[in-house]
Amino acid sequence: MKVIAVTIIALLLGGCADQSMRQQKRYGTFGAADLWPDGSSARPIPRGTVAQTDAAWQAASTPPPAVTAALLQRGRERYNIYCSPCHGLDGKADGMIVERGFPKPPSYHTDRLRAAPARYFFDVITKGYGVMYPYAARVTPEDRWAIVAYVRALQMSQQARLADVPEAREKLP
Amino acid sequence: MQIFRPGADSVIRVALCAAAIVPFIAAGLAYAISSSPYMTQQNITRNQPVPFSHEHHVGGLGLDCRYCHTSVEKARFAGLPPTETCMTCHSQIWTNAEMLAPVRTSLAENRPIRWNRVHNLPAYVYFDHSVHIAKGVGCSTCHGAVEQMKLTRQVAPLTMGWCLDCHRDPRPALRPREAVFDQSWQFPPNQEDEGNRLLQAYNIHPEHLTDCSVCHR
Ligand code: HEC
Ligand code: HEC
Ligand code: HEC
Ligand code: HEC
Ligand code: HEC
Ligand code: HEC
Repeated sequence: MKVIAVTIIALLLGGCADQSMRQQKRYGTFGAADLWPDGSSARPIPRGTVAQTDAAWQAASTPPPAVTAALLQRGRERYNIYCSPCHGLDGKADGMIVERGFPKPPSYHTDRLRAAPARYFFDVITKGYGVMYPYAARVTPEDRWAIVAYVRALQMSQQARLADVPEAREKLP
Repeated sequence: MQIFRPGADSVIRVALCAAAIVPFIAAGLAYAISSSPYMTQQNITRNQPVPFSHEHHVGGLGLDCRYCHTSVEKARFAGLPPTETCMTCHSQIWTNAEMLAPVRTSLAENRPIRWNRVHNLPAYVYFDHSVHIAKGVGCSTCHGAVEQMKLTRQVAPLTMGWCLDCHRDPRPALRPREAVFDQSWQFPPNQEDEGNRLLQAYNIHPEHLTDCSVCHR
């Protein structure tokens, strides 16, 4: 009896062994491919290639978009993801990674950076600065402008005087 | 003359009963085995070229998932960080750590690090991260407490039944969009009302979500 049961189970399990549908002969996203010297199926773009969308990207990176509440919201979200680990949530360069020994970046609340044009921040995100790596691969041009707008808001927040926001006067004790 | 031995009757009965029952038991057993955590490879950690720890980087340092998994909001594939992403920090800290040697060689030789996959759906299943993120299904709903994992492991079974359980009625799993990446987010006590509200707000129609062509295309 046992022999029969075991045989039936063995036969049933035999049906599971065909992997040809499970693992099809194609590459997954960024799959390994020994065909190429770098071992990746994702091929680097040949030098000098111009993508169809390049013109649109260029357009997005010049001139800066109008500053709206939505842009600032987006900027805050992106800033908190990509910049706050080092520059801190408030831009005072007291982020967690700096606490763990990363070189301390300058605070945004210095006269030099307050005077720097918006384009300067955009370029630092795109190309990096000193030991800071570029973020061009991770932050799209639209998002870079959003971050710049938010950095400006951070700078103002540390310098704000009550006279700048007369409505706030009534709400304060 | 005696052709049959006295027990012959019972042997036949048992054999007949067994012939009727065994296939069901076998099928049940096969199903139980195939959906057991052992077969779905849940909670197994894999050897990785670098023992990358989410516990350290997410739980400890508080990095957002998107710092490394950049395409998760926009694409099917969540994206694994390229070597440059590790080097944004490790070019300056832990620069001599033996553990990180493969990262440095990867950058020097321009060869991507080969991470071993932890989750791997069969090739005939189509899964897309972006739609789930846009419709308020959080990372922790499917991947569990990643921020506590020293080595990444798969928490959900990833069987078809598991996908369908949620696709039939996603309401208990829906959260506000801004909470999707928050690993410490808890469902509120009135999730039933919230779920109904979010189902409306996200314009989700579960009646089509179980069509075979949604996941097998
Ligand atoms: C891994 C840590 C880290 C992250 C993340 C980071 N930075 Fe930096 N950043 C630095 C360091 C360190 C410097 C100083 C570099 C130097 O002086 O060599 C710097 C410099 C800068 C400067 C130039 C300041 C000057 O002196 O002119 C700007 C602007 C800046 N960062 C903006 C950003 C923005 C915007 C982001 C997010 C997209 C960001 N950084 C993310 C570490 C970081
Ligand atoms: C510092 C970069 C970094 C951050 C931040 C990060 N991850 Fe990861 N993640 C990785 C790397 C590298 C791997 C590949 C190695 C591995 O599997 O552990 C990975 C793997 C994974 C995997 C398994 C992928 C597979 O092979 O199936 C999941 C799931 C995952 N991460 C989820 C998350 C979630 C959720 C968050 C946010 C809470 C997060 N990660 C934040 C770097 C990161
Ligand atoms: C935002 C900065 C940052 C990024 C990006 C980052 N790390 Fe780290 N990593 C750290 C810090 C800080 C430590 C030290 C942790 C501590 O002191 O608690 C560390 C520690 C480590 C360690 C040793 C400690 C341990 O047990 O985990 C490994 C291995 C490591 N990182 C791998 C990686 C890999 C691989 C990547 C790329 C996928 C990566 N890291 C990306 C900041 C980073
Ligand atoms: C609805 C469930 C679900 C949600 C929500 C979800 N994932 Fe996944 N994740 C999966 C499945 C299923 C896979 C395996 C995909 C495959 O094998 O093709 C996966 C794979 C991954 C991988 C490996 C790379 C890939 O795309 O195959 C990473 C990294 C990852 N998830 C990170 C995340 C992060 C970060 C979040 C939150 C923003 C998240 N996931 C939310 C189900 C989910
Ligand atoms: C926790 C809940 C949950 C789980 C688990 C889940 N999904 Fe989904 N899925 C959703 C929601 C919500 C949507 C959005 C439906 C909509 O937009 O109407 C969705 C949408 C999808 C879509 C896009 C549908 C379309 O309209 O094109 C695909 C494909 C999909 N899921 C595949 C999967 C697969 C494969 C799995 C299992 C590996 C899975 N899902 C697990 C909740 C879930
Ligand atoms: C929500 C996504 C989803 C939908 C809808 C769905 N499937 Fe699947 N299906 C899966 C996943 C995920 C697997 C892989 C399960 C595994 O690896 O254990 C799978 C596996 C299968 C398999 C292979 C089973 C095996 O064990 O080899 C068949 C056959 C199948 N599905 C048929 C169907 C049919 C028929 C329908 C429509 C009634 C359907 N599926 C609808 C997600 C889905």
